[in-house]
Amino acid sequence: MDFTLRIWRQENEQSKGRFEIYKITNVSADSSFLEMLDLLNQQLVDKFEMPICFDHDCREGICGACGLYINGRPHGPDDAITTCQLHMRKFKDGDTIVIEPWRARPFPIIKDLVVDRTALDKIIEAGGYISVNTGGVPDANEIPISKKNADIAMDAASCIGCGACVAACKNASAMLFVSAKISQFAMLPQGRIEAKERVKRMIDKMDELGFGNCTNTGACEAECPKEISLTHIARLNREYFAAKIS
Amino acid sequence: MAILNSKIPEGPLEQKWNNYKANQKLVNPANKRKLDVIVVGTGLAGASASASLGELGFNVKTFCYQDSPRRAHSIAAQGGINAAKNYQNDGDSIYRLFYDTIKGGDYRAREANVYRLAEVSNLIIDQCVAQGVPFAREYGGLLDNRSFGGALVSRTFYARGQTGQQLLLGVYSALMRQVNKGSVKLYTRHEMLNLVVIEGKARGIITRDLKTGKIERHFGHAVVIATGGYGNAFFLSTNAMGSNGSAVWQIYKKGAYFANPSFVQIHPTCIPVHGDFQSKLTLMSESLRNDGRIWVPGKKEDAEAIRNGKLKPTEIAEEDRDYYLERRYPAFGNLVPRDVASRAAKERCDAGYGVGTGLAVYLDFADAIKRQGKDVVEQRYGNLFQMYEKITDENPYETPMMIYPAIHYTMGGIWVDYELMTTIPGLYAIGEANFSDHGANRLGASALMQGLADGYFILPYTVQNYLSDEILVPRMSTDLPEFKEAEDEVIGRINRLMNIRGKESVDSFHRRFGLKLWDAVGMARNKEVLTKVIEDFKQMRKEFWKNIRIPGEQADMNPELEKAGRVADFIEIGELMARDALDREESCGGHFREEHQTDEGEALRNDKKFMYASAWEYKGEDKSPILHKEDLIYENIKVQTRNYKK
Amino acid sequence: MSNIFSSSVGKKFLMSFAGLFLVVFLVVHLSINLLVLKESPEAFNKAAHFMSTNPVIRIMEIVLFGGFLIHMIYGVIVSIQNMIARPINYKKTNNSQTSYFSKYMFHTAVVITIFLVLHLLDFYIRAKYIGGVEDVYYEGIKHHDLAALVIARFHIQWVVIVYVIALLILGFHLHHGFQSAFQTLGLNHPVYTPVIKAAGLIYTILITLGFICIPILIYFFK
Repeated sequence: MDFTLRIWRQENEQSKGRFEIYKITNVSADSSFLEMLDLLNQQLVDKFEMPICFDHDCREGICGACGLYINGRPHGPDDAITTCQLHMRKFKDGDTIVIEPWRARPFPIIKDLVVDRTALDKIIEAGGYISVNTGGVPDANEIPISKKNADIAMDAASCIGCGACVAACKNASAMLFVSAKISQFAMLPQGRIEAKERVKRMIDKMDELGFGNCTNTGACEAECPKEISLTHIARLNREYFAAKIS
Repeated sequence: MAILNSKIPEGPLEQKWNNYKANQKLVNPANKRKLDVIVVGTGLAGASASASLGELGFNVKTFCYQDSPRRAHSIAAQGGINAAKNYQNDGDSIYRLFYDTIKGGDYRAREANVYRLAEVSNLIIDQCVAQGVPFAREYGGLLDNRSFGGALVSRTFYARGQTGQQLLLGVYSALMRQVNKGSVKLYTRHEMLNLVVIEGKARGIITRDLKTGKIERHFGHAVVIATGGYGNAFFLSTNAMGSNGSAVWQIYKKGAYFANPSFVQIHPTCIPVHGDFQSKLTLMSESLRNDGRIWVPGKKEDAEAIRNGKLKPTEIAEEDRDYYLERRYPAFGNLVPRDVASRAAKERCDAGYGVGTGLAVYLDFADAIKRQGKDVVEQRYGNLFQMYEKITDENPYETPMMIYPAIHYTMGGIWVDYELMTTIPGLYAIGEANFSDHGANRLGASALMQGLADGYFILPYTVQNYLSDEILVPRMSTDLPEFKEAEDEVIGRINRLMNIRGKESVDSFHRRFGLKLWDAVGMARNKEVLTKVIEDFKQMRKEFWKNIRIPGEQADMNPELEKAGRVADFIEIGELMARDALDREESCGGHFREEHQTDEGEALRNDKKFMYASAWEYKGEDKSPILHKEDLIYENIKVQTRNYKK
Repeated sequence: MSNIFSSSVGKKFLMSFAGLFLVVFLVVHLSINLLVLKESPEAFNKAAHFMSTNPVIRIMEIVLFGGFLIHMIYGVIVSIQNMIARPINYKKTNNSQTSYFSKYMFHTAVVITIFLVLHLLDFYIRAKYIGGVEDVYYEGIKHHDLAALVIARFHIQWVVIVYVIALLILGFHLHHGFQSAFQTLGLNHPVYTPVIKAAGLIYTILITLGFICIPILIYFFK
């Protein structure tokens, strides 16, 4: 397959970026999107040019490192996958593909398509945990948890922190990310104990970092590679409201 | 050998760890604040160690090459984590987990370490549940278990097909809590490039900031390496693209011994290689072998017809299928340990019965779907099936999956004593980075167990035994000549790399090297090939340093430079792997020497001569390393031939 | 720690409360308006009289203006913050599968606000402050003949067109706003949310068609 690629290139955070056009030919339909970029980079190295920087690591859809905004969609034109799981067979031969970095004020660009998502770590740091130290905890089966609640917690916990929700949201809101963590702990008795403090601290941090406000457009849910649902945002709202009025 | 002191505590096996803890030295809280501990790596081992040490009050500095600690490759573990809880009342116990692990490792692991691992396994599950890890549960609200290869009990705890993710996010949350408290300082996008040794003790590291290329010096009273395995040496593996062996290789070069480098695990259920553009292999969880049945066509002509696309697997009649694992190993069937399953697949494919490209076998769920319904199968493995479909464009509910073995894990690693300390005082290696617990083959769901055991429940104790003697050592200045020297080494090497300006890209070289390594030190090894490949690797190393091409600048984000440094180390690691494989004139676990097999093609151990862990000592560039042997003594377990047939 | 009125979630709470209050107001407004379609203007004029003289309603009117203000002011704040949150936009913009209307809440809100001002000038301000509305007497009490005013205005073609377009846009706004308010207030449930969404759709259609039919019926039949 042959493609025309329009790729955002940017030296560093301060510099002004631009789109560069690359032609690539003979791409296997079975190769992944990142393997296609590997091929392009190989060609750039052959020409002694600087390859395109992009974040990636596990290449099996779980580490959350990769994330490109491809033809107007985070992680590209397929549902419930990360960029590394996107395969070229999802495109048509001869397509022009526009590749952009995640765009949000809290995600400054480091280089080319690499953005700094430390903001998401900072939100977790503010309260995305259960405050137990190592050792001295009760037996694992001491607290039974209904399968239903454990399953909901697991649904929420499957967030990989890739930031596609922020990238997809027209407001660059991180509500789906935050709600996934809040929701996971809200559904578990262990997590209830500091639920109120947790939700307040995480929301405050999220606001402080400059993410936008949720307007329930649902783009995050549509693009989440782990299909995390808007119901978690509703639960976050409930948790927040309950924490504030009590 | 007197030089290797494994420091196994006195007393009966069950009492060793308790005795150790009862008699070890501790550091008082006021002194902990004055002690700096460097932890490199934020996988299960590194993050749990950082969090636990932070909670204890040490001043921890934690490094990872990823943009966030949450991305460490522990996250990709799918199947589960073992513990001897015996919640299923199926006869499990600490002893049985210990026994299975030693046996699974083909009697090449250290008894005392493995027993301790089994002992603390139960604490891990408690800890994770308390942290909010959403393990799978039964309708009654209690924890569910599944079975895994190499065991006759159900002792594996899991969170769908994402157990590693959930455990890692658990330790990540504990870590971030300590970051918030200020007891852990986090350095993301930092790669360790050298170890600083002062007066024989590990005192710090040199790192490169991957964002800016800045070289930095960091001091620590102790240094903990938790950087995982070196499986990426093979280029194609199930490891993450960034996983590397560089940290362990640097400490090896500074004097830490490297143990059992040839012991690598080849995982039987990976998606087969399908093109030369491929950058990595994807694992399909071993848990699939609970319900999936592995087979190839029983007739060669059928296999050929399938390979040529003339026949579909679903068209092969039941009696024409060869469920070779069930045939060869009736007792364990599809749940034999990984090394056995991998070799059996290779045997069938080499004999001409492979499907797909010829290097693939079927993993079939048709029976499971018929027996339990599609819903149940979907609930158990839905995400894995989806992943498979995304990659291969085939629907595993309708046609059997194709799988083939791939490099997955390295049992070998830095030699450590019972305290997890390397041969350099003050330098520790934990998790996959060390060699201690899995012998020649790791059982499924044991890597997560070991990572968390080391980080949560072992290192935080043992490191105090060392640090208690360091309380009077003030924080050292990083202006000391030893720091400068280590930094100069790093800068010199980077400059050398940048100035090669040759013709070949790092990836292209790595791919060639990896294939060669796979052919020589992969699933089957022999003397002739190994002897030759050692020389080849020496040549390749020279070639690398003459012909590699790295565009861009040093003082900038430069992935090509990062990869070049790692590949340079992989070449040397590969050479050591081959040496070790050559030395070990026996077949055991993942190490299969073609000269040493039974008439039935099973691995043939030689306990008389090789019941030891090899520990290699670096002697300098272009000098052969020296082999030290730690004899393995089994006092509590009867050493026998592994038998998964009955 | 930020308070409920300054946090992102808190602001949305207030907007939702205010929005739902306005949703209720529209029901009242429509039910009175429909009286104008009756043969005799008496019922409509009496209802209008009641609304402008009853002390409880007078207080409610202030609350109503408050509701509008809160909804609008917070809407503006939220929208500005959202624009700041993404200083550089994508070249190829959002192709995600999302509710179409949800992306244009601010745009529809601007149109509705302009319409609201015109609408108030046209009826409320005219009746209350400008005058020129004829008086009628029912049971000896003086009433404004607002019915006559409405009918007169809706015989002007461009007024009818402006109203119909504005009301359609109001419909778009309500379509997302109705169910979105419940989501923001944390009311999301696997069983009830589809019900809320269906109710929102029915509400939106009824309100929009209800309002639209008034100028159209007057223009053609009265």
